[in-house]
Amino acid sequence: MIKISQDNFEEEVLNSPVPVIADFNADWCGPCKMLKPVLEEIESERSDVKFVSINIDDEDLIAEDYEVFSIPCLIAFKGGKEVARSVGLKPKAAIESFIGEI
Amino acid sequence: MLDIVIIGAGPAGLTAAIYAKRAEKSVLVLEAMNYGGQIINTPDIENYPVNAHISGFEFASRLYEQAKALGAEVVFEKAVDIIDEGNLKKVVTNANLYECKAVIIATGSENRKLGVEGEDVLVGRGISYCATCDGAFYRKKTVCVVGGGNTALEDALYLSDIAEKVYLIHRRDSFRGEETTTNKLKKKSNVEFVYNSVVTKLNAEKRLKSIEVTDKEGKVREIETNGLFVAIGRIPETQNFAKLVKVDESGYVIAGENCRTDVKGIFVAGDNRVKDVRQLVTATADGAVAATEAVKYIGTL
Repeated sequence: MIKISQDNFEEEVLNSPVPVIADFNADWCGPCKMLKPVLEEIESERSDVKFVSINIDDEDLIAEDYEVFSIPCLIAFKGGKEVARSVGLKPKAAIESFIGEI
Repeated sequence: MLDIVIIGAGPAGLTAAIYAKRAEKSVLVLEAMNYGGQIINTPDIENYPVNAHISGFEFASRLYEQAKALGAEVVFEKAVDIIDEGNLKKVVTNANLYECKAVIIATGSENRKLGVEGEDVLVGRGISYCATCDGAFYRKKTVCVVGGGNTALEDALYLSDIAEKVYLIHRRDSFRGEETTTNKLKKKSNVEFVYNSVVTKLNAEKRLKSIEVTDKEGKVREIETNGLFVAIGRIPETQNFAKLVKVDESGYVIAGENCRTDVKGIFVAGDNRVKDVRQLVTATADGAVAATEAVKYIGTL
């Protein structure tokens, strides 16, 4: 998963030619740590979607812009716009169906 | 046929798996969500013996690895029913049916919801059930906490150091929680108590903007707020098994310290059992007892 900062957010997320799943997380967030291997597993199975990681403590401005108020939070971007969001730790099947719907 | 099926891979279920595997039984653990249970939400566990500090995530991961290393199989399926045929038990999941000699129900509990329209949609958009998880997002903002027990009081205290203003909403005029915490809260200048009131409406535009509370006299008050932390208790996840084993009026499985339910060969462990103290250490203790009792029971067959 590519690590996102204010510097590469536009290029990697907003201008991405393929849909992006942005994983908003923090070091102190246990459920985020549980979710990470699940996302990495799905990432290795799919080449049509890009997965990126955004640390909300380092990148609080991005988190604020997108009104992230609970983590883990997955935001799906398509053509530079948010198209869907999933909040909370969910099993792999639920994450797959969330990604499948975008 | 399996020896023991354990429903739930939280601290109680995984500890039961360790004890059952060490007694050389075949063990299958079923988990509907993710292993670890609710402890993974705790950033720092300070009251579990030996480790002065350990994160809930690390605790859960190490427990999971320990159970797996001993040979416990963990499958991510939701158990929806148990069929009791005496010496044979069948555990039905959303995908399979497993036959075994004994079952340990270690399904834990889930957050009780307010039951107000729009609540589900606003989770992560202003509504939260975990102050220590989401509190940091409300720096210098206004938040409400609903509830009257220890969790609500502690949440309000924690949030009062982060948020600009905290409303504590409770349906009665006094709190069930500890008096020392209540007194600490009363000394906080940014905490306002809203007694005898319940949340009756959520107003949102994309995210939560305000809430309406109604007091005992039926008077409605609107409170502008960025966040609403719901701390009105937990409910045991025993709905799927309540027709087989005896539960109390709140849904907790009735069993004594030996973790035996009223059905032979079916045991209960952890937060879903009737008990006074629901802590990590009492959950793991239950796991050990339930597994030991299950092994003993299998020995009699």
